[in-house]
Amino acid sequence: MVLFTAEEKAAVVSLWARVNVELVGGEVLGRLLVVYPWTQRFFDSFGNLSSESAIMGNPKVKAHGKKVLTSFGNAVKHMDDLKDTFAELSELHCDKLHVDPENFKLLGNMILIVLATHFSKEFTPQMQAAWQKLTTAVANALAHKYH
Amino acid sequence: MVLSPADKTNVKSTWGKIGGHAGEYGGEALESRTFASFPTTKTYFPHFDLSHGSAQVKAHGKKVADALTNAVAHMDDLPGALSALSDLHAYKLRVDPVNFKLLSHCLLVTLACHHPAEFTPAVHASLDKFFSAVSTVLTSKYR
Repeated sequence: MVLFTAEEKAAVVSLWARVNVELVGGEVLGRLLVVYPWTQRFFDSFGNLSSESAIMGNPKVKAHGKKVLTSFGNAVKHMDDLKDTFAELSELHCDKLHVDPENFKLLGNMILIVLATHFSKEFTPQMQAAWQKLTTAVANALAHKYH
Repeated sequence: MVLSPADKTNVKSTWGKIGGHAGEYGGEALESRTFASFPTTKTYFPHFDLSHGSAQVKAHGKKVADALTNAVAHMDDLPGALSALSDLHAYKLRVDPVNFKLLSHCLLVTLACHHPAEFTPAVHASLDKFFSAVSTVLTSKYR
């Protein structure tokens, strides 16, 4: 089990309170699809993903990004209990969605980068380290039920 | 990363010794080893019967092995020889690049199991480089 220090928890929670989940979610997913185009393989039904502007402006990308980041918000609330919190989602991603968990790591890094673009100097190395730990732990929790 | 003349010799010679077993080794590397050790790789085959001994997996292992045999025969021009497969992986299959390392590793393990005497450190290194070079070509058009 991953253990977060009190400082790490405080850092994560305080930053999260200031995140516009709808906006950031769309940006996170959009960047994933732009920077790692092979991740588009999961989103054939999303319509136009043919260019950076098409992806970043795509309403389905924004909606799904919001959904994903909202779920991530659950992680912030249950930092001590991530495996149980994401057990069902883990099964879903394995059995129904067939998503390679490598993608969770890629998405986690996109979260960090978008947070950095939004919070710039406030996204200190310590803040990044706490978030890095969280995104890794969430990725592992989501991969935990894979078989 | 460039394959030296010694690397090419090692790879060709090993592949020659494998002979007609390439298909069987491909299946073993893919099914018995890659899927078993790295279950996440199975996410790319939801349309397959993945039970032990599956004919689909065996056939696919042979397909992969045949492609590698072709690569061995064209080591001086991997991008040319693997161009169609490179397109396939980039535009259709879009297998995350990390998985090429996983399969390559399992291919090495398979070869080491079946040909321990030939699998010297030098040959091991050459094969690792070769699989890495093939993986690079297959992911070269990803972005």
